[in-house]
Amino acid sequence: MVEVMYFAWVRERIGEPREKLETQASTVAELVDELRAREPRYAAAFADLSALRVALDQELSDFDAPLKGVREVAFFPPMTGG
Amino acid sequence: MAVRVQSEPFDPGAELSGFAQDRTDIGAVVSFTGLVRDDAGTLDRMEIEHYPGMTEKAITAIVDEAVQRWSLADALVIHRHGPLAPGEIIMMVAAAAKHRVAAFEAAEFLMDYLKSRAPFWKKEFQRDGSTDWVDAKVDDEDALKRWSD
Repeated sequence: MVEVMYFAWVRERIGEPREKLETQASTVAELVDELRAREPRYAAAFADLSALRVALDQELSDFDAPLKGVREVAFFPPMTGG
Repeated sequence: MAVRVQSEPFDPGAELSGFAQDRTDIGAVVSFTGLVRDDAGTLDRMEIEHYPGMTEKAITAIVDEAVQRWSLADALVIHRHGPLAPGEIIMMVAAAAKHRVAAFEAAEFLMDYLKSRAPFWKKEFQRDGSTDWVDAKVDDEDALKRWSD
C-alpha cells in the first residue's frame, strides 16, 4: 500500500489531494503508467513528465527511482517558492 | 537556526530585531523579504500551496547546508502559505555571519534554493475571476548551478 499525493495543478487535474493505492509497480515510472491507464484525468495529469517532479517519502527523487519500501509518493509541478 | 512555515502574517522588523540578538561574535546580518507583486494592477490575491512535512524538511536541509558552507552564526527562514493580498509579505530569510560576504552569499543561496527546492506552489487569482499557476522560471533553475562548483 502506498499513499500517493498530488499538489497544485496536478491535484486539480486529478481532482483529489491524495489516495491510497495497491500497486505492483517497481519504479515511479511504472506507477505513472498504472495511473495513466486508470482514467483520462490521470492521463491528462501525467501527459508530460518533463513538467512534473516527484518526491518519495518527502525527498525529491526521479522517475527511474525504485518504489520498494516507499510509503509516500508525491507528484507536483516545479516548485515556485520564495 | 529557525524555520517557520505558517499562514499567519509576521513582522519582519520585529523578527530581525530578535534575530542573533545578544551575540557579540557576529559582524554581519543580511536579510531578504519577499512580497506579493502585482505588475498589471489586476491581481486579487495569491494563494500558496505547500506540502506539510516535506516543506519543513526541505527548508531545514537548505538552511543546514548554508550554515555549514558559510559558517553562519545563525539563520532564519519564515515562509507563509495560504491566501495573500498584493503587497503582503510572503517570506523572509536572514543570515548572520562574522563578515558581510558570507552573510550576503548565504542569503542569496537560501533564496535561490527556496525558490526551486522548497515545495511551495503559487496560484494567482485575478479580479476578473481568471486564475493561473505561476510557472517556474528557467532562470530560477539556472541560479542553482552557480552554487554547485
